Amino acid sequence: MKAFTQLNGLVCPLNRANVDTDAIIPKQFLKSIKRSGFGPNLFDEWRYLDHGEPGMDNSGRPINPEFVLNFPRYAGAQVLLARENFGCGSSREHAPWAIDDYGFRVVIAPSFADIFFNNCFKNGLLPIVLPADVVDQLFRETEAGDGYRLNVDLAAQTVTTPSGASFGFDITTHRKHCLLNGLDEIGLTLQHADEIKTFEAAYRARQPWLFVE
Amino acid sequence: MSAQTLYDKLWNSHVVRQEEDGTCLIYIDRHLIHEVTSPQAFEGLRTAQRQPWRVSSVVATADHNTPTDHWDEGIKDPISRQQVETLDANIKFFGALAYFPFKDKKQGIVHVVGPENGATLPGMTVVCGDSHTSTHGAFGALAHGIGTSEVEHVLATQTLVAKKSKAMLIKVEGELGAGVTAKDVALAIIGKIGTAGGTGYAVEFGGSAIRSLSMEGRMTLCNMAIEAGARAGMVAVDQITIDYVEGRPFAPTGATWDAAVEYWKTLVSDDGAVFDAVVELPAADIEPQVTWGTSPEQVVAIGARVPNPAAESDAVKKNSAERALQYMGLSAETPITEIAIDKVFIGSCTNSRIEDLRAAAAIARGRKKADNVKLALVVPGSGLVKAQAEAEGLDQVFIAAGFEWREPGCSMCLAMNADRLEPGERCASTSNRNFEGRQGQGGRTHLVSPAMAAAAAIAGHFVDVRQW
Repeated sequence: MKAFTQLNGLVCPLNRANVDTDAIIPKQFLKSIKRSGFGPNLFDEWRYLDHGEPGMDNSGRPINPEFVLNFPRYAGAQVLLARENFGCGSSREHAPWAIDDYGFRVVIAPSFADIFFNNCFKNGLLPIVLPADVVDQLFRETEAGDGYRLNVDLAAQTVTTPSGASFGFDITTHRKHCLLNGLDEIGLTLQHADEIKTFEAAYRARQPWLFVE
Repeated sequence: MSAQTLYDKLWNSHVVRQEEDGTCLIYIDRHLIHEVTSPQAFEGLRTAQRQPWRVSSVVATADHNTPTDHWDEGIKDPISRQQVETLDANIKFFGALAYFPFKDKKQGIVHVVGPENGATLPGMTVVCGDSHTSTHGAFGALAHGIGTSEVEHVLATQTLVAKKSKAMLIKVEGELGAGVTAKDVALAIIGKIGTAGGTGYAVEFGGSAIRSLSMEGRMTLCNMAIEAGARAGMVAVDQITIDYVEGRPFAPTGATWDAAVEYWKTLVSDDGAVFDAVVELPAADIEPQVTWGTSPEQVVAIGARVPNPAAESDAVKKNSAERALQYMGLSAETPITEIAIDKVFIGSCTNSRIEDLRAAAAIARGRKKADNVKLALVVPGSGLVKAQAEAEGLDQVFIAAGFEWREPGCSMCLAMNADRLEPGERCASTSNRNFEGRQGQGGRTHLVSPAMAAAAAIAGHFVDVRQW
């Protein structure tokens, strides 16, 4: 996994609550057996005016000029600013894959759906929960003028605005350690293989019916 | 030891190790796999040259991409076919306790197939790369959806990295009225607490109304826990649970069965166990529900009208409601019973079990689908459900009423196969999500119970099954 340490990135505001994973990446793109290439279809049904299918040349498709991702001022954005319950719905990891593949490295919202939130950390994507009034303020500042950037520092656990206002955010020690160092979580867990084996043997003795071969 | 919740018991019995910040390694008993969220996980194993830790924990089936008709013609969409064939190849290479491939007589939706084969047992941790894994909590199991990276992690280590959630009790006391089903209970709960109401919680459903539900009903309820934001929903073990499990292919037998039952009977919240949140909903207050918007929390009782966004004081909610009405092509204050529909879908991991099909057939029996309803699709949850329904003659009831009787699969719940809504089409659906585009781009979904869906198919618009 790629590491995340610090970022100074352009912010794109997506002013909708309950953005679900079907909206983030529609089901037809889930037929892929790869982990990459989902970026051009991020928010496909909002971003384009036609119906998207896998394998299409997205460069020639009609763009929805009213969708915020298509505003020229937000081209190259790396921070997605969102509303409550972002990423609700299915467990599809294709959602963070698409967000990451598009170029975002951070998503900020007042709340996230659990599975989506968890999936982000497996992909070097940092989801940050900030209080609703702070998110409101960031929306106002982002929309007020071009080129609004936020500085995100994972080690310090802060989000800093251009005017210098700084907001702290929470993250578990485990997730922070994995993200900062870009660690392979499976490799990390397998360092405890002996503990898993010991647990498994005792557990199997207690509940043999769970170990039908 | 102090009084424990069911969730405490399930969690504590699976903790392999715990870090200082509370992050745990949780042992996983059952790993359900389908074709959509597994290919990248298997590929990851191959790339890292890792072996699955315990393939006998794996039960797999192909469900999302599979067609529901013309099985003799195979899967026409080449990308869908490739994904299903990739699962075939991965299971062949790595192995599994059981695999129910496309066209197998026991193939079906993973959350229907697991329980009916006894592959879901009380006390288990059950995971699957699918958010509706919460379904299996109906058995007094700790079950939740995971992402593909976690699918790979479970394959490689038999564990999951997780932190304990908070515990919520949702209590429904009393008797449900006639025509009010587990689906209505689920939608009413989501209407009350919102789609993020359960975020960060593992939810236990309790109270006399829940205890009186069949296993099918409990599965419907736990299935929708994720729509309330809760990764896991669960119901305590009782005799109904044990009777359902007994005799199923992967259930224990003989002395092992007796030992298992003795343990399973402890899988209830102790008297005096403390929950972080308690929500109470009197059963008598719950009426048949219909969603009107593009989020499951946008739901009202059948006798109500489409809400007016102008009455909403919260700006974000007001904006969502306005956007939803526009997408759904509805006007505020329209009586729900005046909303005409184009299609009906009876199926999905929420409502495709035998009890669901019986309820829908009871409404459709001897009647005809309305002319304005272009298609009424009945998709059983599995090959076994289909066979059971046919043995009871339910297929003939549906066919005589002008409904289509199909092969099992996820079908139009998420429209990854050919079953889908066209832009602007309105559907009465027994599935779980009414998100924009969920059943096809531009499609408009209203979530209802199987009986309500069948009644809407006959009437051509929503009707109150209690007055049927």
